[in-house]
Amino acid sequence: MSGIAEPRLQADASGAAGGRSERFRGGTLGPAGLVAAGVVAVAVLAAVWPALLGGGDPLAVHPERALQAPSWTAPFGTDESGRDVLARIVAGTRASLVVGVVATLVGGVAGVVLGVVAGLGGRAVDAVVGRVTEVAFALPLLLVALVVIAVTGPGPVPAMLAVGAATAPGYARIVRGLVRTARRSQVVETAVLLGRSPARIVLRHVLPAALWPVVAVATLGVGQAVVWASALSYLGVGTPPPAPEWGAMLADGRTYLQTAPWMSAFPGLAIVVLATAVTVLGRAVRRTGAVR
Amino acid sequence: MRREHRHASATWRGWVLWGLRRAAGGIGVLWAVATIVFVAIRLIPGDPALAILGGPGSQASAEAVAQVRHEYGLDRPVLVQYAVFLGRLASGHLGDSYAFRTPVATLLGQQLPVTLTLAVLGLVVAWVLAVVAAWWSTQRGRFAAALTGALSVTASVTPHFWLGSVLIVVFASALGWVPAVSDGTAGGWVLPVVTVAVPVAGYLAETVRDGVVDAQRSAFALAARSRGETRAGLFGRHLLRHAALPGIALSAWAFGSLVSGAVVVESVFALPGVGRALVTAVTQRDMPLVAGIALVSAATYVVVLAVADLVERVVDPRADGGRARRGGARAPRPGRGVAGAR
Repeated sequence: MSGIAEPRLQADASGAAGGRSERFRGGTLGPAGLVAAGVVAVAVLAAVWPALLGGGDPLAVHPERALQAPSWTAPFGTDESGRDVLARIVAGTRASLVVGVVATLVGGVAGVVLGVVAGLGGRAVDAVVGRVTEVAFALPLLLVALVVIAVTGPGPVPAMLAVGAATAPGYARIVRGLVRTARRSQVVETAVLLGRSPARIVLRHVLPAALWPVVAVATLGVGQAVVWASALSYLGVGTPPPAPEWGAMLADGRTYLQTAPWMSAFPGLAIVVLATAVTVLGRAVRRTGAVR
Repeated sequence: MRREHRHASATWRGWVLWGLRRAAGGIGVLWAVATIVFVAIRLIPGDPALAILGGPGSQASAEAVAQVRHEYGLDRPVLVQYAVFLGRLASGHLGDSYAFRTPVATLLGQQLPVTLTLAVLGLVVAWVLAVVAAWWSTQRGRFAAALTGALSVTASVTPHFWLGSVLIVVFASALGWVPAVSDGTAGGWVLPVVTVAVPVAGYLAETVRDGVVDAQRSAFALAARSRGETRAGLFGRHLLRHAALPGIALSAWAFGSLVSGAVVVESVFALPGVGRALVTAVTQRDMPLVAGIALVSAATYVVVLAVADLVERVVDPRADGGRARRGGARAPRPGRGVAGAR
């Protein structure tokens, strides 16, 4: 998929013979995938245990140290209230990861439910769901998210719901196609001939076939969700200040763009690095064929 | 002779059918969007009459509230309101903005050209970047391929608001090449357009690159090569033409993504476009304006999708007069950019 694809992995991915242990064999992620995995691991660590990575109180105000350029004591500089930018970025990792993962889960689960209903239901149900997703595609993601926030009011939880709602149709479309394909597969045909109950066929054969590819796609979606959620914060309808959230920090930094560019540069870099790492890792995992 | 004539008429009929199907689908989408917006208005907590009078803090008197409620038809049954709403839309009335007290159509008339310019120029720049990236990643060896691949992934997840800020600091403040805030001159458009274009270019580049790689292995590429086609000629005349198809299908989706990007970018560069109006409208709960913007962008999407389909039919000689493809909206390729990077 990406430019750093390793062709030798394709045989691994297509060959069903490889056992589970073989698929997870070290090195199959490729160098880029390993780096990405490292970045994601650091981010998870920062989210779980912020004190370990860097320090200090993200909310501690030191007016006498306001707007200081990056130095040894504050590697990423300080903001207009003298708060340490690095500490705020580390503290904001949790918010960004949680928003990214929860929004993806919301979108993924809603999409899977819609897609399965469309895929398993009759012609009429399928047509209705198909129209719904088509309409959702006609609206730009940010517009859907903003309309959801117009209804719920601003905040971090509405931001997760908004991004989730806006991404659901994409998942629904994929799941629908996969369920339809699985329904026509020989495995299902055989199961029907063997007299298995419909519920068992759906649970054992149709759903797994449709779910794994979605998990792979969803790993790519987490990076996007982080970006969109921070965009909502940037626009002032996501996580409110003074909570350390990357998008909100960027919005703060906008006022001081000329005098203190580090206030904007580093939170943005954090978003780009995390989103890129999650995306690259998602692709590397998908290429190994571990989630198929 | 006769056969040719028959063929022409079949094609002509195909085009008319295609147009009708497109129009019907488009109207259906618009109706659904209008309904969603209507329901969203009802779901908003609080009294819409208060929102019209300037929000809960306005201390409006009970008589004023009652008067506004009657004036805007808010005291009538919901279904009647829905019918009135749809009827007004059908006759082209988007209503008055609560916050600006001017017709939504007038506001959109001022703001839409800005956003459309941004999106269209952004799409053009994204295509140029994508084609250059595809050339680099397929014709310039492994290192260039790895570099371009890494750059396209990064580009596709770069937030607009950050990229915009970085570009302002570097090209406007430090180098002073272009103005930081859009001032109506051509130079003022450079940074906003590049900002909306880059993330979309990342996605497009990957799609086009995949298409070129795919085409390189095909028989027609080998045939062209053996006829003595140069590397550039092969790329421009054969590979790219093949690779452009999924890219064009993706462009309709990309346009939606550009509009999403425009919401943010207009806010970064202080451009007076629809996107910035949308953010204000949402924070002020100015529902007629939100509805107007939603409908206009849905309509734009419908048109762009139709145009993309049209271009695809022209570029792809395999498409016949409407039978080769099934009707309905063409999806962005599944499995890519899903998580609605619209």
